[in-house]
Amino acid sequence: MSLTADDVQWVAHLARLELSAAERAALARQLNGILDYVRQLEAVPTEGIEPLAHPLPLHNVFREDEPSPSLPVSQALANAPDRQGDFYGVPAVLD
Amino acid sequence: MIHLTAHEQLAALRTGATTAEALAQQHLDAIRRLEPKLQAFLHVDETTVLEQARSVDAKRQRGEPLGALAGLPVAIKDVLCTAGRPTTCGSKMLQHFKPPYDAHVVERLRQADAVLLGKTNLDEFAMGSSTENSAYQVTRNPWDLERIPGGSSGGSAAAVAACEAPLALGTDTGGSIRQPAALCGVVGLKPTYGRVSRFGLVAYGSSLDQIGPFARTVADAALLLEVIAGHDRRDTTCVERPVPAYTQTVEQPVAPLTVGVAQEHFAAGLDAEVEQSVREALKVYQQLGATIKDVSLPHSQYAVATYYLVATAEASSNLARYDGVHYGHRAAKFDNLIDMYCKSRGEGFGAEVKRRIMLGTYALSSGYYDAYYLKALKVRRLIKDDFDRAFAGCDVVLGPTSPTPAFKIGEKADDPLTMYLSDIYTIGGNLAGITGISIPCGFTRSGLPIGMQLQAPPFEEEKLLRVARMYERATDWHTRRPLP
Repeated sequence: MSLTADDVQWVAHLARLELSAAERAALARQLNGILDYVRQLEAVPTEGIEPLAHPLPLHNVFREDEPSPSLPVSQALANAPDRQGDFYGVPAVLD
Repeated sequence: MIHLTAHEQLAALRTGATTAEALAQQHLDAIRRLEPKLQAFLHVDETTVLEQARSVDAKRQRGEPLGALAGLPVAIKDVLCTAGRPTTCGSKMLQHFKPPYDAHVVERLRQADAVLLGKTNLDEFAMGSSTENSAYQVTRNPWDLERIPGGSSGGSAAAVAACEAPLALGTDTGGSIRQPAALCGVVGLKPTYGRVSRFGLVAYGSSLDQIGPFARTVADAALLLEVIAGHDRRDTTCVERPVPAYTQTVEQPVAPLTVGVAQEHFAAGLDAEVEQSVREALKVYQQLGATIKDVSLPHSQYAVATYYLVATAEASSNLARYDGVHYGHRAAKFDNLIDMYCKSRGEGFGAEVKRRIMLGTYALSSGYYDAYYLKALKVRRLIKDDFDRAFAGCDVVLGPTSPTPAFKIGEKADDPLTMYLSDIYTIGGNLAGITGISIPCGFTRSGLPIGMQLQAPPFEEEKLLRVARMYERATDWHTRRPLP
C-alpha cells in the first residue's frame, strides 16, 4: 500500500492546499517513507486497548454561563485580509 | 550583569545595585552585538522594552508592591500571543498578524512586572527540531555557529545560552523545550499537561502542547514556572490545582531517592559521548545516595511513530483556521472561494507544515482513520501505561534528552524522518502528559553541550526540580558559557 501522485492530489484537496508539481512529487516520496515507518505500529497488539486521545482524565468542563464583554468588532476584524464594513469580505459563493 | 542568573539579577535590582532600565539596556546591547551572528530573535522593540523597564523602576521608587520578576527581561517564543505586537509563529502566513490579546502566560509575566524583551525564532508553527523551518531566519547554536540550536524553541534556547536573556518561554509538543535546552547547554522544563494555561498559545497538537521555562539554572526555571503555572478558565484543559512554591523547596534534596533507568533510552543511534555523560550522571546520583533501578518502557520504541500520527492529525485540524478570511495571508489572485483557500494556504505555509498537514489529513481520512489514527491512540495508551508502571517503582526516570549533540545546519533538512528521530527520547513524555526537564550534564570533546532528561509523574514538578538541583549542585556544567 503506497501513496500515488493521485492520492497526494486528493489529500491536498481535502486539506485545501495548492501544491506545485514538484511539491507533489516530493511529498509522495516523503509521505511514503514516513508511512512505511509508522506502519511498525501494526506489530503492536492492541486488542481491547482503549484509545487515549488526551492524557488527562478530564471530560466536559462546564462553567457558569455569565455574560461578559466580547472582543469589540473593530479588534476582531483588525487582522482581516478583506474587511467590508463590519464583515469579512469573501469571494462570491453564489452566482 | 547579563551573565548572572535570574535570581542574582533580581537581587541586584532589589538592593539598588542596578535598575531595570540599566539591566534592559545591557541585554539590548548584547542582542545588538550578537544577533547578526545568532539570529535568535524575530522582533525586539527597544523603545517598548525600555519603557516597560522605566515603569518598573518608577513603581519601585514609589514603594509599590512588585511582582516576582520585577524588572527582569524575559524572551518569548513567537508562538505566544502578545497584544498589538507581531506574533508570526515563524510563518509567512502570520507575517502581519498582531493579536488582539495577550496569551495567559504573557499576562502572568506582566503581572509579575517582568520586562518583555522580544519574540524568539522557532520552527514554523513549532513544527521541527532544528529551527531551520522558520520562514524568516536560521538561528545558530551559540556554542558552534555552524550548528543548529535544536527546535522548535531554538531562538529561546539560544538567547538564554548566549545571555541575551536570563529567562525565556518556550513550548514543547514533542521535545521542543527539552531538546534545544540540551543542545544549547541550558535548563528547559516541560510541565505536566494541564499545569500551564495555553490560552493565547497558537495551537499545534492540542493534546500535547505545553508552555514552559528556559533558564541557566534549575532555581531560575523554578522561578519562571511558579509565575506561569496555575488555573485559567480560558483553557479547559488547565487543571485547578494549587501551584507549589517551587523556589522555596528547590534546594531541598530528595531522600530517599530512586532514579529509574530504562534500557530503551540507550538504544541504537545514541551517540557514544552522550551515553558516556549520562552514565556518569547516574554515578553522581549514586554518590548522592540515590538508588538506581532498572525500569522498562517497552513501547517507547513506538513513540515517534505514534507521535507523527497523533500530532499531525491534530495539526491538520488546528491549522484549518488559516483560511485567508479571518486573519493571516490571503492570495492576491484566485478564481473562487475554494481556490482562495488553496492558494492562500499553499503560499502561506512552508514545506514542513504542508508535510504535517498532509500526513494528518491522510491519517484522518475516510478508510485510513482506524488503521492510522485510532491505532496510534491505542499505542499511546500503552506508552502511558509503561510510564505509570515505571513510576510505581521510582521517583524519576533519567536518560539522554536527545540521541546526539547539535548537528550541522542543513544536515538533516532533506530527511524529515531522521529529523523526527532527534526527539525519540522526549516524545513519550508528551504522549503520556508527564513532566520532564533537561539539564546540562557534560560536553563533547569538540565542545558541544550534552543534556540529560529527568522525567517525573504528572504534577510532580516540585520533586523533579529538587532532583535536578541535586545534580546541578554537585557539578559545574551549568556554569560554562559559550563565547559566540
